[in-house]
Amino acid sequence: MVETASEAIASAEQATALLAIHNLHVQTAEREILKGIHLTIRPGEIHAIMGPNGSGKSTLAHVLAGNPGFTVTVGSVFFNGNDLLAMAIEERARAGLFVAFQYPPEIPGVNNMQYLRTAVNTVRKSRGQSELSAAEFLSRVRTILKELGMPEEMVRRSLNEGFSGGEKKKNEILQMAMLEPRLMVLDEIDSGLDVDALELVARCALRVFEDKRSERSLVVITHYSRILRYIKPQYVHVLADGKIVESGGIAVAERIEEKGYG
Amino acid sequence: MVDATVAELGGGYKYGFVTDIESETLPAGLTEETIRKISALKDEPEFLLEWRLRAFRAWQQMKEPHWAEVTYPPIDYQSISYFSRPKKKLKSLEEADPKLLETFNRLGIPLTEQKFLANVEGAEVNSRPLTPVAVDAVFDSVSVVTTYRETLAKLGIIFCSFSEAVREHPELVREYLGSVVPIRDNFFSALNSAVFSDGSFVYVPPGVRCPMELSTYFRINSANTGQFERTLIIADKGSYVSYLEGCTAPQRDENQLHAAVVELIALEGAHIKYSTVQNWYPGDAEGRGGIYNFVTKRGLCKGAYSRISWTQVETGSAITWKYPSCILKGDHSRGEFYSVAFTGNYQQADTGTKMIHLGRNTRSTIISKGISAGHGRNTYRGLVRIAQSAENARNYTRCDSLILGDRAAAHTYPVIDAKNPRAQVEHEATTSKVSDTQLYFLRQRGLSEEDAVHLVVNGFCKEVFRELPMEFAVEAQKLLEISLEDANG
Repeated sequence: MVETASEAIASAEQATALLAIHNLHVQTAEREILKGIHLTIRPGEIHAIMGPNGSGKSTLAHVLAGNPGFTVTVGSVFFNGNDLLAMAIEERARAGLFVAFQYPPEIPGVNNMQYLRTAVNTVRKSRGQSELSAAEFLSRVRTILKELGMPEEMVRRSLNEGFSGGEKKKNEILQMAMLEPRLMVLDEIDSGLDVDALELVARCALRVFEDKRSERSLVVITHYSRILRYIKPQYVHVLADGKIVESGGIAVAERIEEKGYG
Repeated sequence: MVDATVAELGGGYKYGFVTDIESETLPAGLTEETIRKISALKDEPEFLLEWRLRAFRAWQQMKEPHWAEVTYPPIDYQSISYFSRPKKKLKSLEEADPKLLETFNRLGIPLTEQKFLANVEGAEVNSRPLTPVAVDAVFDSVSVVTTYRETLAKLGIIFCSFSEAVREHPELVREYLGSVVPIRDNFFSALNSAVFSDGSFVYVPPGVRCPMELSTYFRINSANTGQFERTLIIADKGSYVSYLEGCTAPQRDENQLHAAVVELIALEGAHIKYSTVQNWYPGDAEGRGGIYNFVTKRGLCKGAYSRISWTQVETGSAITWKYPSCILKGDHSRGEFYSVAFTGNYQQADTGTKMIHLGRNTRSTIISKGISAGHGRNTYRGLVRIAQSAENARNYTRCDSLILGDRAAAHTYPVIDAKNPRAQVEHEATTSKVSDTQLYFLRQRGLSEEDAVHLVVNGFCKEVFRELPMEFAVEAQKLLEISLEDANG
């Protein structure tokens, strides 16, 4: 069997990376949105994916999560050595992939706390961990609520129902912190947040990452660079028209802040 | 997405077994002679036989209604048996046929009295004390046992089978029977009035708050038999009672008819809370078999400041046709209707309520949640009528439909008829599908697809479930989950 150089690199990356995306092409409604993405993320790394509106940033997050609205036509994605694209949405989540959504839906009548406890214990069970007792669960939730500056009343309400944009974002981070993922993808978490809320959200996400830095990776998808003041990425990628057109260090983000996507 | 989940799961109707018990059953057919026989078998007073015969003559002149959004082959009323009871007569529970006891045991219905656990440490579920439930168990056409009667009798509360009430309290039966649902009200109420066999009777004296849930459990066992029970609840001045009915039937290929009548009377300041968890056999995945549940339920808020609340969770039956209603006659009286109706496979439900405002300052609330899955058809039909006399009457109606999959259907027929210019009537309605976005989101947090569907549907029903007594709210939630799993065969 003849292996091309890029395939050889890809297979080597699959083995060591937390996330290895190789030549990913994605369509929705007959239109190609992602046109050959290559990206490797190792444990302990923070990556920022930047780009103008419509460049395909959010699509990438949805494809990783398994959104059925998108079709992968070419390419592969390996997560912790496993074929991510072959896994069901919930299998990806249980394996440690968390995507904080830009527009999380409202689910009327579903108590936020009860939902979260069900999710946490389902995920823990799938990982061979014991379920959290009610007391332990509550004490962890309270710690995170404090960190995020969320009133406890928020978790007694229906899931996201009537939440402001900022409250929904904080609620996403609360879930992320409780679910203890390995790969955390924040999809435009900064949109709709005021400066103070942004700082709380960013610090909490960073804290979760730092807690288990040797195992975790953080991907920040954003249009603006202001969140990168709090979460400093080692790698910044610029997405334009479905392709990564530039990769570099924090300097790339600084240039974008100054000059725009141009 | 939803279809896939539902199909993968088993589940099944848990209560489809048949009890092999010796019964005496009247031959099929309905004539004046049948009615005389039923009345004689039950040793009834003359007034009741006369009443039955009047009902029978009225019924003969009436036509089966076909305005509901349901379809079924013609019913042959002469091929049904109108009376069936276990052969062995009971003097006490100890003498009961073990098979009968076993049946209710399998259904999870306690026929022996549990020790009173209220106020005992540890006897709490979710910080609410666990209270016992008094049960009247009706097997085919007769009541087999009623528990906690003595405890209740000390407070002056009468809780017994209808037959016994006829014997022991004929004056109450005579005064109130047919006073809310008259014989000629509709085709099925006339039929019931002619042939009803048993049911429950409750009387709560003035100022008494009934300390436990009262419940009747209906079980149809015999094949080819209809069940026609009659329930009469009278709450005297300033009293309170919470009553629950549950029902199941064996799995059979033929359809069976259940045509009950329930009458509630709330006198001044009284509050009756009536809850139903209806789980008759719904038929199989191809739509074969199942119960035709054609029921007339109505409450009369007779006195000022009285209140009647209907809560129903309808998951069973091949066809449901019922409209638990309130006549708000007393000034300041309140009527409430909270409903979850689920139809899966080929089930059909046409259900809703009527709120008839007659008194001043009367209030009514209607919260209806319809869920259709598979080929299910779900219809809300409601009437809010405000008479000229009903000064300052108010109604609030919310009517939500949830559709799962793309073969199910939901209909809504709300009618508002306000004759008083100062009436305030609000109506809100929504129709939605369980959105793929919601399921995708919940699965991204690690929930399986079926758990995600359950969560969304339970959330949808929350406003109604919280009206149920707690033990039954849990049961209703489980029932709904099983029904969801079976919805697409």
